[in-house]
Amino acid sequence: MSTLATSLTGAVLAGALPASEPVGAIPATGAASGALWLILLPAISAALLLVLGRRADRWGHLLGVLAPAASFVVAAAIALQLLSAPADQRVQDVDLGSWISAGALDLHAGLRVDTLSVTFVLLVTFVGSLIHVYSIAYMAHDVNRRRFFAYLNLFVASMLVLVLGDSYLLLFFGWEGVGLASYLLIGFWNHEVDARPGHDGDHTVSGVNALENAVAAKKAFVANRVGDLGMLVAMGLLFANVGALDFGSVNAAATGGHLSQGLLTAIGLMLLLAATGKSAQFPLQSWLGDAMAGPTPVSALIHAATMVTAGVYLIVRSQAIFDAAPNARLVVVIIGAITLLYGAVVGCAKDDIKKALAASTMSQIGYMILAAGLGPIGYALAIMHLVSHGFFKAGMFLGAGSVMHGMNDSTDMRRFGGLGKHMKITYATFAAGWLAILGIPPLSGFFTKDPIIEAAFVVQDGQVWRAWVFGLVTLLGAAITSFYMSRLFFMTFEGKERWEDDVHPHESPKLMTAPMIVLAVGSVALGGILASGSRFTQWLAPVTGSHEHGEPVLPALVITIVTLVLVIAAAVLAWQRYARQPVPTTAPAASWLVQAAREDLKQDAVNDGLLVIPGTYATRALVFMDGAVVDGAVTGIARGTVAVGDAARRPQTGFVRQYASTMLLGLVALVVIVLAVQS
Amino acid sequence: MTTLTTLLPAALDASGTTTTGEAILFWVLAPIMVVGALGLLFARKAVHAALGVIVVMISLAFMYVAQDAVFLGIVQVVVYTGAIMMLFLFVLMLVGVDSSDSLTETLAGQRVVGIVAGLGLAVVLAGVIGRATYGAPVGLQDANAETNPVGLAKIVFGQHAFALEIVGALLVTAALGALVLTHRERLTPKRDQRQRADARVAALADGVVLTPLPAPGVYARHNAMDVPALGPDGRPLEASVPRVIRVRGQEADAREYAARIDRVLAGGWAADSEPPPQASEPLSGDEPATAALDAATSQTGQNGPAAAPDQSTEADR
Amino acid sequence: MSVTNYVVLAALLFSIGASAVLLRRNAIIVFMGVELMLNATNLALVTFARIHGNLVGQVLAFFVMVVAAAEVVVGLAIIVSIYRTRRSASVDDANLLKDVREPA
Repeated sequence: MSTLATSLTGAVLAGALPASEPVGAIPATGAASGALWLILLPAISAALLLVLGRRADRWGHLLGVLAPAASFVVAAAIALQLLSAPADQRVQDVDLGSWISAGALDLHAGLRVDTLSVTFVLLVTFVGSLIHVYSIAYMAHDVNRRRFFAYLNLFVASMLVLVLGDSYLLLFFGWEGVGLASYLLIGFWNHEVDARPGHDGDHTVSGVNALENAVAAKKAFVANRVGDLGMLVAMGLLFANVGALDFGSVNAAATGGHLSQGLLTAIGLMLLLAATGKSAQFPLQSWLGDAMAGPTPVSALIHAATMVTAGVYLIVRSQAIFDAAPNARLVVVIIGAITLLYGAVVGCAKDDIKKALAASTMSQIGYMILAAGLGPIGYALAIMHLVSHGFFKAGMFLGAGSVMHGMNDSTDMRRFGGLGKHMKITYATFAAGWLAILGIPPLSGFFTKDPIIEAAFVVQDGQVWRAWVFGLVTLLGAAITSFYMSRLFFMTFEGKERWEDDVHPHESPKLMTAPMIVLAVGSVALGGILASGSRFTQWLAPVTGSHEHGEPVLPALVITIVTLVLVIAAAVLAWQRYARQPVPTTAPAASWLVQAAREDLKQDAVNDGLLVIPGTYATRALVFMDGAVVDGAVTGIARGTVAVGDAARRPQTGFVRQYASTMLLGLVALVVIVLAVQS
Repeated sequence: MTTLTTLLPAALDASGTTTTGEAILFWVLAPIMVVGALGLLFARKAVHAALGVIVVMISLAFMYVAQDAVFLGIVQVVVYTGAIMMLFLFVLMLVGVDSSDSLTETLAGQRVVGIVAGLGLAVVLAGVIGRATYGAPVGLQDANAETNPVGLAKIVFGQHAFALEIVGALLVTAALGALVLTHRERLTPKRDQRQRADARVAALADGVVLTPLPAPGVYARHNAMDVPALGPDGRPLEASVPRVIRVRGQEADAREYAARIDRVLAGGWAADSEPPPQASEPLSGDEPATAALDAATSQTGQNGPAAAPDQSTEADR
Repeated sequence: MSVTNYVVLAALLFSIGASAVLLRRNAIIVFMGVELMLNATNLALVTFARIHGNLVGQVLAFFVMVVAAAEVVVGLAIIVSIYRTRRSASVDDANLLKDVREPA
C-alpha cells in the first residue's frame, strides 16, 4: 500500500479510503427527479426532426445541437446535487410507473440516478454536444444534414436510456436503441454519390462505395445481434432465478448468496458476450473497423467515445454478479487482454487513419474490460479510463475528420505527411490526444491507464501467475500503443508531404476546431483532475464499493518507470521509421504478421470460414432438404395421389357394360380363389 | 296348363328322386331353354330375343311344376310371361328399333372380355356345382302335404310376414317410382277447348283445313288406307292418307291416280285395268323409316324440351 | 337322372344371362339378361328346396319374383325416360359418368 501511495499516478490505487459497500437507492429528490428530461430532450428533438422532414432542413441542425446541450445542463445540475450530497444519498431512483406487467413479471420503468450513470450522462451529453457542434460544419454540404442530426439525437437519447435505466430490460431497450442509431449512422451514406447534388468535392463518399457502407452497417448490426443474444439469455436466467430484472433486486440476490456459483458464472459470461458485441471485443470485434464507413463525427461519438463503452458500463453495472463469480471475471480479463493486444497489433498495420484509430479504440476498450474484470480494484479505474479515453479519442477522431476535410476526404496516411505546418490547430489538438493516449505525464492518459497496468500486476485470488501475465500484457500493450499512435501521428503530421498535386490542405472552420480545442483541454487536464486524491474512486464508491486490495508484484514506481521507458522507446522507434525515413506512398511488401494485421488479423476470413461459409452451406443443405425431403414428401404424396387417381380413372369409361365386366370378372376371381383355398 | 299341373306330379317319385318321365321332360325342355337363352345373345332384333326369353320362362314354369313347386310354376307364367315380358314387349314397341340392336361391337375388347367372363363364370359355377355334395334328395312330399300353396302360405305369412310387408311396400314404391320417372312437367299453360278451337280458326289463313280430313280409300277398286281420297275437283288429296303410312312411304302414288283420272277424263278409262303400283319399294331396313318417324314425332312438338339434351348428346360425343 | 342337372342348367342359363349383359348394347336386351339370371337362380332355389325337402327355397324364389317385378317396373321406366331425352336405348350412349378426359 505504501509503495503504491508513492507512485506517480497520484495514489489513485492507494486511496486512504475506508472499505465501503455499495449503498442502496433512495427516491430521487431535487434536480435528480427531473432526470427524465435528460432523455426526453434529445428524443423529442429527434422525433421532431424526423417527422417534420425537409421542412426542418434550415434550422434542424440548430435544434439538434440544442437538445444534447440542454441535456448537458440538466446533467450538470444533477451532478452538482450528487456532489453536494452525502455518499449514502448518491444513488437515487426515479420511478416512471408500471411498464410491463405480465404474469410473474411486474416491471416498473425507472431511472437510476447515481454517480456511475451521471458520469456517463455527463460524458455523453458533453462530448455529444461538442460533436454536434463539429457536425454542423462537417456535414454542412450534405443535403441530409437534418436527418443526420436526428439520428445523432436519437443516439444520445438511446444512450441515456441505456445508462439511466434501472433494470436490465430498460438498459436493453437503450442498448438496442443505440444499436439502431449506430446502424443508421454507419450506413448514412448508403445512397449513390450522384444522388446528392451540390457537392464540390467536400464530404462526398469518396473512395467508399455506397453499397459497402450499407454492408458495413449491416455487419455491425448482425455482430451486435450475437451479443444481444447473450444479453437476452442473461436476462432470461435472471428472470428465471431471481424473478426480477431491476438492478436493486439482482444485486441483492447476487450478494445474498442464494444463487449458485455456476448460475452466476453463466450469467456473467452471457453479460460478457453482450459486452463483447457492443464494445467490439474479441471475438465479436470485426464490425468496428468497417463501422468507420460512417461520417467521422459518428466515429468519434459512437464508435470511440460512448456507445462502444457500453460493454464496460454493463460489466461495471453488474459488478455484484461479477464479484460473486470469479471465473466469469477471469474470462473478462482474458477477453480484455486478448483484445487490447489484438487491437494494438492491427493498429500498427493500418494505413487508413480512421481504421487505425478504430483499432486503437478496440485496444483501449480492451484495457477497460480488463480493468473491469479485475474486480473491485478495477471498476473505478475502468470507468475513469473510459471517461478520459472518451475525451482524447473523440478529439483525435475529430482531428482525423479535420484532416480528411482538408485532404479531399482521403484517409490514406501514406498520402499525408507534413500536415502539421498546414493545419496548426488540428496538429496541436491531435498532439494532445496523442500524448494522452501514450500516457505521458501529466496528461490524462497517464493518470488513467497507468493505474490499470498497476492493478493488472496486483495478485488476484492468490494466483501470482495471473498478475504477471496480465501485467506484462498491459505493459506490452502500452508499448505497442505508443508505437502505432506515434506512427499514425508522424505519418500524418510529420515527415515529407506525400499528397497529390490537386490536394490543398487547409485548416478547418472554427465550428470544427473549437470542439477539438475543448476536447484537447480535456485530454490534457481531465485525468489529473479525476485521479488526484482518489477523487473519482470516491465518487464512484456508492456504486462500485471500495475495497482493500493486495500489492502489485512489482513496486508501483518500477511499473510506472518501465511503462514510461517502453512508451518513449516505442515512440522514438516510430519517429525513426515514419518521420526521419521516407514513407512509401503504397504499402510495401511485409512479413506475414504485418500482412495479417493489415487484414485485421484475418478476422473476416475467420468469421467467413467458421460461421458464414458453414452457415451458407447449412442453409443450402436445409433448402435442399426442404425441397427434396419435405416438399418432396408433400409433392410426392400429391403426385402419388394424382397417379393413383389417374390410374383409377382409366376404368371410369362411363360404359356400364365395362363396369359389369369388372364386377363379373371380380366375382369369377373371388370364386376361383375360394375354390383354390378350399382345395 | 291345368292338364299339366294334374299330369306332371304323377310323373314324380314320392321320394323326390327323378322318374323317367321327369328325365324326358328335362331333356326335352333343357335344350329348348338353352337355345332360347342363346337367342338373347345372338338375335339381331330385340323382339326375337324377347320371344326367346319368353320360351325360356314358360319352360321354367314346367320345370317348377315338375319339381313340386306348383304355385311358383303358376306365378312364373302369370308374372313373368304374362306381365313382365309383356311389359318388355310394350317398351320395345315404344322405343322401337335402333342401332343398339346391331351385333357389331363398338367397345374395344368388350366382346373378348364378355366372352371370357361368361365362359369363366360357367366354368367356375360348374366347378362349384361339381364340388358340392347334395345328399339324397328328400323331396317335398311331406312339405306339400297340405298342397303346395298352403305350405308356401304358411311360411310366407308366418315366418316371413314382415318381409312380405316390406316387399309390398317395395312394390308400391316401384309403381310410384315408375310414375315419377316417366312423368313430364307441363311447360306451357293448358289450353281449353275454346282456345284450341280459336287457334284452329285462326290458322285458316295458313292453309290449315278446319274440317276433319277426308277419309282415304274412296276408290271403288281400291278401298284401302293407302289410297288417297279424291277431292271435289277429282284430284287426289294426299292429306287424306294417314300420316304413319305416309311417313313409312307405304302410300299409293297420288300422281298415278291423278294421271288415271286425266285418262278417264280424256275418255280412255277402259284401257286401264291393272292395280296401281306402290309408291315406293318396301325398304330393306327399318332404319330410314324409323328415323323419319322419329323426325315426325319430334316435329309434332311433343319433345320440345328434349331438343336441348339431344344437342348436348351430340356435343358429348 | 340326377337332380343336379337342374342346377347345371341354372348355372348355364345364369352364364348366358350374364354374357348378354356384357355383350348386348340394347338396354332392353341387357335388362332381359338380368331377368334371365334371376330366373336361373329361381330354378336353382326350387331345386334346392326339393333336395332339402322344405319350402323355404320356394319362398325365397317367390320373393325374388316379386322383387324382380318391382325392379322391372322401375328399370323399364328408367329406360323409357332415358330414351325420351337421348333418343337412344343403347347402354353405351348413357355414359355421362365417364371421366371427362378420354382414357389414354
